Amino acid sequence: MLALVVAHAVAALLAPVLVRFLGTRAFVPLAVVPAVTAGYAAWQFPRVDTDAPPLEQFGWVESLNLTLTFRMDTLAWLMTLIVSGVGALVLLYCAHYFDDRERSKGLGLFAGSLTAFAGAMLGLVTTDDMLLLYVFWELTTILSYLLIGYVMTSRASVAAAKQALLVTTFGGLAMLVGLIMIGQTQGTYRISEILADPGSGTYLTWGVVLLLVGAVTKSALIPFHFWLPGAMAAPTPVSAYLHAAAMVKAGVYLVARFAPAYADLPAWRYTVVVLGAGTLLLGGYRSLRQYDLKLLLAYGTISQLGFITLLVGYGTHGATLAGLGMLLAHSLFKSCLFLTVGTVEHATGTRDIRRLSGVGARMPWLTAAAAVASLSMAGLPPVLGFVGKEAALHALLHPAGGWWSFDGVMLLAVASGSVITFGYTARFMWGAFARKDPVLAGDAGQVTTVAHHPEYLLVTVPVVLALAGLALGPLSPVLEDLLARHTSVFPAGEDPAHLALWSGLTPALGLSVVIWVLGGLLFLGSAPVAAVQRRLQLPYDAGRSYQHLVRGVDRLALEVTGGFQRGSLPTLLAIILLVLVALPTVVLVRGVTWPSGVRWFDTPAQVGVALVIVVAAIATTRARRRLRAVFLASVTGYGTALLFLLHGAPDLALTQVLVETVTLVVFVLVLRRLSGRFPDDPSVLTRRLRGLLGLATGLVVAAVALTAAAVRTHEPSAKGLIETAKEYGGGNNIVNVILVDVRAWDTMGELSVVLAAATGVTSLIFLKQDAVIRARRALRHTWRNRTTVEEEGTTRWIAAAPQLDPSRRSTIFEVVTRIVFHTIMLWSVYLLFSGHNAPGGGFAAGLVAGLALALRYLAGRGYELRVALPVMPGLLLGGGLFIAGASAILPMFLGSPPLRTWVVDVPLPLIGDVHLVTSLLFDIGVYLVVIGLMLDILRSLGSALDDQITEEEAG
Amino acid sequence: MSPNIALVLVAATLIGTGVYLLLARSIVRALVGFLLMGNGINILFMVSSGPAGEVPILGHGDGDRMADPIPQALVLTAIVITLAMVAFVLSLAHRAWQLGRDDLLEDDEESVRIHRRAEENDLSDESRDDADVIAAEFAEEDE
Repeated sequence: MLALVVAHAVAALLAPVLVRFLGTRAFVPLAVVPAVTAGYAAWQFPRVDTDAPPLEQFGWVESLNLTLTFRMDTLAWLMTLIVSGVGALVLLYCAHYFDDRERSKGLGLFAGSLTAFAGAMLGLVTTDDMLLLYVFWELTTILSYLLIGYVMTSRASVAAAKQALLVTTFGGLAMLVGLIMIGQTQGTYRISEILADPGSGTYLTWGVVLLLVGAVTKSALIPFHFWLPGAMAAPTPVSAYLHAAAMVKAGVYLVARFAPAYADLPAWRYTVVVLGAGTLLLGGYRSLRQYDLKLLLAYGTISQLGFITLLVGYGTHGATLAGLGMLLAHSLFKSCLFLTVGTVEHATGTRDIRRLSGVGARMPWLTAAAAVASLSMAGLPPVLGFVGKEAALHALLHPAGGWWSFDGVMLLAVASGSVITFGYTARFMWGAFARKDPVLAGDAGQVTTVAHHPEYLLVTVPVVLALAGLALGPLSPVLEDLLARHTSVFPAGEDPAHLALWSGLTPALGLSVVIWVLGGLLFLGSAPVAAVQRRLQLPYDAGRSYQHLVRGVDRLALEVTGGFQRGSLPTLLAIILLVLVALPTVVLVRGVTWPSGVRWFDTPAQVGVALVIVVAAIATTRARRRLRAVFLASVTGYGTALLFLLHGAPDLALTQVLVETVTLVVFVLVLRRLSGRFPDDPSVLTRRLRGLLGLATGLVVAAVALTAAAVRTHEPSAKGLIETAKEYGGGNNIVNVILVDVRAWDTMGELSVVLAAATGVTSLIFLKQDAVIRARRALRHTWRNRTTVEEEGTTRWIAAAPQLDPSRRSTIFEVVTRIVFHTIMLWSVYLLFSGHNAPGGGFAAGLVAGLALALRYLAGRGYELRVALPVMPGLLLGGGLFIAGASAILPMFLGSPPLRTWVVDVPLPLIGDVHLVTSLLFDIGVYLVVIGLMLDILRSLGSALDDQITEEEAG
Repeated sequence: MSPNIALVLVAATLIGTGVYLLLARSIVRALVGFLLMGNGINILFMVSSGPAGEVPILGHGDGDRMADPIPQALVLTAIVITLAMVAFVLSLAHRAWQLGRDDLLEDDEESVRIHRRAEENDLSDESRDDADVIAAEFAEEDE
């Protein structure tokens, strides 16, 4: 079964390609997948009809109890036949329904979605895992959104798709909560185990009610029925499949699936049965006055879904048997009728009852198919619909609590619903095919001819569906036998209901005859009925309430967003910080544990450094010149580095000093372009408010730090690392082992952030593609001329010497650069390789190399930088990330978890054993990314800004 | 665990002054504030990691009084990310300067519009008319 679901997924992925090459013919190979599925299910019946039906189980997310479990029992078997059989036929129908010209309008996506939908339905009805059921359930929701909204340009389609999505997702989430409540109470997520031991209790009952909310929304029962008529904006094949055979049946399936376990709960009975009966009547009532054939069918579907849900949820043998019969019958006749409407519209260009006249005579085969399907819908012999309805009446005619009980009322509801069903069925046949008075059409004009004759599949597919319903009428006793294993869960009792064309002159048959007569009268008296309906406004409209709700949510969102988001970033930040202050303050005021003892300082030096930092920080807030603020801030930065060192963190101190230095360089590079003073000069009041917020934040942070330290009880989690760092990580420097081994995935994430920031810098400075192309050309030019210039043999300290303006050169600086550059680079490489055992590592080494590059840039500007490292920064950034990623994945090829570290000793002649740790490869990736970032900064904020300044001075 | 008061005070001062500057309208000033806050937060990690100790490198001491290495690894990546962030925000400031000759944050027009709409209770949003749109498409009721 999993293989079949996967086959659907593969077909769905291939669909866009198939459509591109084959056009609409692509639907034919796509139809093969569900057809094979249906065939497989039919072939498997002997195995299904046993006490241990076919079961497949694969682990997925064990920690969530989520397994890929599939189990094909009798109910799943029936549903598989329906969703796959009808699915295959509808896909075939699509081959002639769509036009090759629609290929460019997303037909590929449509074909893929429809195939995927068939797969999701297959998974939904065969899975035995409640969480997996939910996954498939939501897949059908999302795919239906794509299918309903196929005509993206039509606002109505998009609105209808959105409405269906919101309603069914709401129900799906409620269902998920219900499933989890049931699963946690019973300690299993296997449906078959839940059915064997349903459990009881208030908590469980609430879970069941939430489960039913999902079923009710999906199957369009009141009060959520309104999304289904809107969804008629979808192409007709979608309506035929999703809204007749498949998606709306998911809710019915869920009810049928859990009825054996929970049908005797009062909450279940009143939810399922009452809502079902109400939907049966309301849908039929509204169907009677529709002029759009598709809408007529849509309301009819709502009505029938109510009917079937009532039956399968009733929890008796007869009702369940009748319900399954009706489920199959409805899938066949309703998809046939939807497809008929599609063909009529395809051939005539309209589906308005008032305009169609005498079309029936021009399409005899189609009319015949629709007539047979209509017999089934109205409950007339000799088709399956009649058999199902007959069984339903028989089952309800034995009300357990007497006529004046719940059961009696249900019988009355079902009988009245059947009358209305007969009425709207007659209206449908008359509306689609009969010859009518031209007055009815009004100004729009009648359509009496067929503009172009439908291609054969557009007629064949409805005919096949109608014939299936016709054949199953006489064969219904066989069907009863096939379903016996599911229906026998309930006791049959005396005088059990049967699926049969002829059961003798029973009371049920008499009731049927009464229904036909009343239904016929209802159709013949349609004018007075319509008049009554017009006058009788329903006091409550669920669709409107839904709109009010949506508008209310919109309103709330607008008020909240507008209240907080006033456009000023400082205000927004202040709100965030106020929350940061307010929430901990509440907790602090309510009482927390304060530390029993404190240390004032660890070493006297700490106090000195702390004083310098505090003074510098306060002075920074008072600085009015940009450079002064930056220098004061970097005093706090270097001070922080000293604190790290005093604390026992040399790696941090080293990195902090390097970063602080680079930060200064970057600031200076950019600030040369900006004004000397800060442009903002806030009022005294603003300054005081900001100061107050700053003070409050500082105090809260201090309080939180103190109390957090006080309540700490656990040992540091690093304890174990001290032993394992050497053993597994192969290094002495524990911080470095953490970075490249223990928490290497985090480091990967940091590298990606660095990459994104560097890309952002480039795009903000270069702005346009041609600027990048120019930079690349300059790089290539430098690369080509590098050797020729050097061959001239003149003594120069740096490569860029001839290019520079003599008045801006500093010979001493050039000499120093020349002398120290290679030394610094060597130090950088040393830091990289020794980092595993001593302070250093990829980050620090990369920063050192970057500083060396900065030196070259300052001495000889862009040209010198290009000579020093003649590559684009992107190569280093991308290459570094690639190396880091590769070193993560490589161990997986050798059957180890990703990022596994090996320690290898390689004997080299003369040098001796070289101790190699594979995580060094990862650190090299880090190294390259950091150098890439530095090169990117120097090239963008350095030489690119130089060029801009030169251009401005020239022009 | 007894916290180190000197470090707590330094962290609180850096974060407080950082907040003060972060609320400024000049991008560069706000960035400087962000740097101060960042340093303060990194020092908080030191506070929470316990007393000062020996360097967390095996073979450099007896290994009993080693400083906790995990917070150090966390802070190390934070420091490098801060550098990338400084470069990016400075590029933003430069771009703002290119466009408007200063680095002041202007009010966001979209947010101002939303705020005005909230005050005027203006709900002329598309979702409002969904029901009408669908109904119009189908001529649902018989007139």
